[in-house]
Amino acid sequence: MRSVTKAYRPISWPTLGAGGDTGSWRVHRPVVNHELCTKCQFCWVYCPEAVIDRKKITIDYRYCKGCGVCAVECPTGAIAMEKEE
Amino acid sequence: MKTAQVMMATGANAAALAVKSARVDVVPGYPITPQTSIMEAVAAMVENGELHARFIPVEGEHSVLAAAVAASAAGARVFTATSANGLLYMHEVLHMASGGRLPVVLCNVNRGIFAPWTLWADHQDSFSQRDTGWIQYHCSSNQEVFNTILQAFRVAEQINIPIMVNFDGFAISHCLMPLTVPAQEDIDRFLPPHQPEWRLDPNHPSSFSNVTMASEYAPFRQMLSDDIMAAIPLVKQAAQEYKDCTGMWDGDSIETYRLDDAEVVAFAVNSMAAELKLSVDILREQGIKAGLLRPRLYVPFPTEDIIQALPENAQVMVLDRNYNFGHPGGILAAELKSVLFGRRNDVIVKNRVMGIGGIDLTRRFMAEQILEMMDDKKGLL
Amino acid sequence: MATSIKKLPEIEQVLSGNGACGGCPATMALRMVGKALGPNAIMLLTPACSVASMGMTPKLGYNWPCINITFASAGSSASGISHALEIMQEKGRIEGELPTVFSWVGDGGTYDIGFQALSAAAERNENIIHFCYNNEAYSNTGVQRSGATPRGTFTTTTPTGKRQPKKNMAHMMLEHNIPYVATATVAYPADLYDKVVKAKSIKGMKYIEILAPCYLGWQFDMPDTVQLSRMAVRSGAWLLWEAENGKISFSNPTAHFINGKKTPDQVNEYLMRQGRFSRLLQGPDAKERIAEIQGDVDREIAFMRERAKITI
Ligand SMILES: Cc1ncc(C[n+]2csc(CCOP(=O)(O)OP(=O)(O)O)c2C)c(N)n1
Ligand code: SF4
Ligand code: SF4
Ligand code: SF4
Repeated sequence: MRSVTKAYRPISWPTLGAGGDTGSWRVHRPVVNHELCTKCQFCWVYCPEAVIDRKKITIDYRYCKGCGVCAVECPTGAIAMEKEE
Repeated sequence: MKTAQVMMATGANAAALAVKSARVDVVPGYPITPQTSIMEAVAAMVENGELHARFIPVEGEHSVLAAAVAASAAGARVFTATSANGLLYMHEVLHMASGGRLPVVLCNVNRGIFAPWTLWADHQDSFSQRDTGWIQYHCSSNQEVFNTILQAFRVAEQINIPIMVNFDGFAISHCLMPLTVPAQEDIDRFLPPHQPEWRLDPNHPSSFSNVTMASEYAPFRQMLSDDIMAAIPLVKQAAQEYKDCTGMWDGDSIETYRLDDAEVVAFAVNSMAAELKLSVDILREQGIKAGLLRPRLYVPFPTEDIIQALPENAQVMVLDRNYNFGHPGGILAAELKSVLFGRRNDVIVKNRVMGIGGIDLTRRFMAEQILEMMDDKKGLL
Repeated sequence: MATSIKKLPEIEQVLSGNGACGGCPATMALRMVGKALGPNAIMLLTPACSVASMGMTPKLGYNWPCINITFASAGSSASGISHALEIMQEKGRIEGELPTVFSWVGDGGTYDIGFQALSAAAERNENIIHFCYNNEAYSNTGVQRSGATPRGTFTTTTPTGKRQPKKNMAHMMLEHNIPYVATATVAYPADLYDKVVKAKSIKGMKYIEILAPCYLGWQFDMPDTVQLSRMAVRSGAWLLWEAENGKISFSNPTAHFINGKKTPDQVNEYLMRQGRFSRLLQGPDAKERIAEIQGDVDREIAFMRERAKITI
């Protein structure tokens, strides 16, 4: 009879990209026009994906899903959704 | 060995005292006859400070086991108890406990299943949970209940598999018998503190039982199956070391009585097996070479020990206190035949169902049944 | 005054690249919860979208210790963890400040299958936070009705529109006499953040329900998640309130509707934006059915206005 295996539980560990490189889901890409941006951070607070840098207002496209919430919520219209190639 | 305490106790009290001796941390509970007395005793011990633990009076058995597994995942040593419909209500969470490898110990006080309602013992409840991935002990005396709960904690925590300790309602749970409670020092030597190698810990965040693809899921299940089989040596080791620490012995994976030269072997679990020792004596007085083999483990089924223990050409009389619906006879007989097949063709297995819904099983009645079965031509009934 | 957005903490407990749909309101809300709770917390999840979102073994998209539990048992499982932590601390096996124990559960796991265990946990005043992110349906299984689905909604199990109004779950939790109950929604992140910070500081049972407009189930355009959340509040279809030790107070703009300083927007514009009501709005009896929904909304406002007057 084989000996007892070490406790073997279905455990997962925190990791960026647990759902993969979710940027590949994007159909439209949010592009920030920094001239219009007032750094109000609305886009940052509403982004479900936590991919917007709140200081620089730049977007991590590796994971941005292109949902467009940031563009709709931007009070100055500084974010445009551009079709992905 | 330090001085033990000897007292009179019911099976339910024996269970509660074992919970105390095991220094359990968390006990969620919900009443159901005949288990209720265990919960009442534990609640009282927690209330009066005898047991430093949390008793959680939840609102139903599904929640009992849900609280139990979660407390176990948080790192606590956890006990709970139930019977019959309470056990069935837990069914979903029984699977979660084993799949999640959470070493909860649960006493199931055997009782027949609704419908119709019955309060008294048979073994349909525990046997019907065979495939939930729990190790199952079945006990035949109050002392064995006490001893087994402590052994169960040790094995469960070694192997990270939950364990169900079964014993009959009323015949054990409510009957006073002498009970020896070993000194706490001896028990502490036998059962070390619970130190899980994994728990829910914000300092080391990790997640338990996410969605899992087949390529990962299948190995988890295989590992569970393998580890349940690997419990047998641990069960034996626990029984032996418990004996070394306390001087008490109830058998390991099986218990035998007058078996060596037996031609007729009674095969049964729980309190009826204790009574069957007396039936064996009656039969021996009549010149019949009778003996007893009691599986103390039901899951994993102690195949090798049974195959080794059965004398040659024995007639095995399986007395089942349950139905194997869709087959004539009971579940134990089917289990036994499946392991003997092709390995012990010398042995004959005969089977009767009896004691359903708590019908009294006296030594005389069972001795007579065995005599009748000896005349049965067929293997079954 | 609500915390300003610029003052919200940096910490992210929801990790980028998780498995949620784009624009997911539940994930959006959980981000704010993470900022309020910080890392010293233990999360319980019942089967729901969030479980699909959290990543598959061995990857986890949240930065807490998490436990997946059976669907009906958020209330009892969270109780088990809370008691385990307390007794282990008493026995000296764990040190430091005890983690916050919180459940993250959909409306199905809260209003329906988990109701019994949750009610019992509230009645025992367990030291936990139960979050219900309410997307008003069973989304994970493909949008079926729940007890939180409002009247008139088309789901896969209400193919001609649900005939019954939703339950007022938050109010039912309030009637368990627990120390803290709050409602929130994703369009008002600072309001949500403040409520979670408050809940964290209170011992005993806390219930926070977050309206989570889900584009998939509600059938609107993905970028409009926050818009729909805002419209729900401005029309009075979702009321923002909290109750500390039974004393109810309202956040703006709900507070204005309650004190009569402003009237909420008519509900039909909110309904019109959602495909889940569209067949209803095109049917021959559209007028009556919209009136029914408006009636449900008006009744809730009136009810909460009166209920808030009971302060003992
Ligand atoms: C006992 C049990 N019944 C049914 C299911 C199937 N199931 C999984 S998720 C789900 C719906 C979840 O709905 P809700 O709680 O509202 O969360 P959401 O999916 O909307 O996020 C159902 C019915 C299950 N996992 N367990
Ligand atoms: S919401 Fe618009 S203006 Fe505000 S920070 Fe983002 S991009 Fe800039
Ligand atoms: S498109 Fe969506 S995911 Fe991408 S930055 Fe905007 S809000 Fe975030
Ligand atoms: S279905 Fe709705 S709630 Fe579920 S993950 Fe997608 S957006 Fe979020």
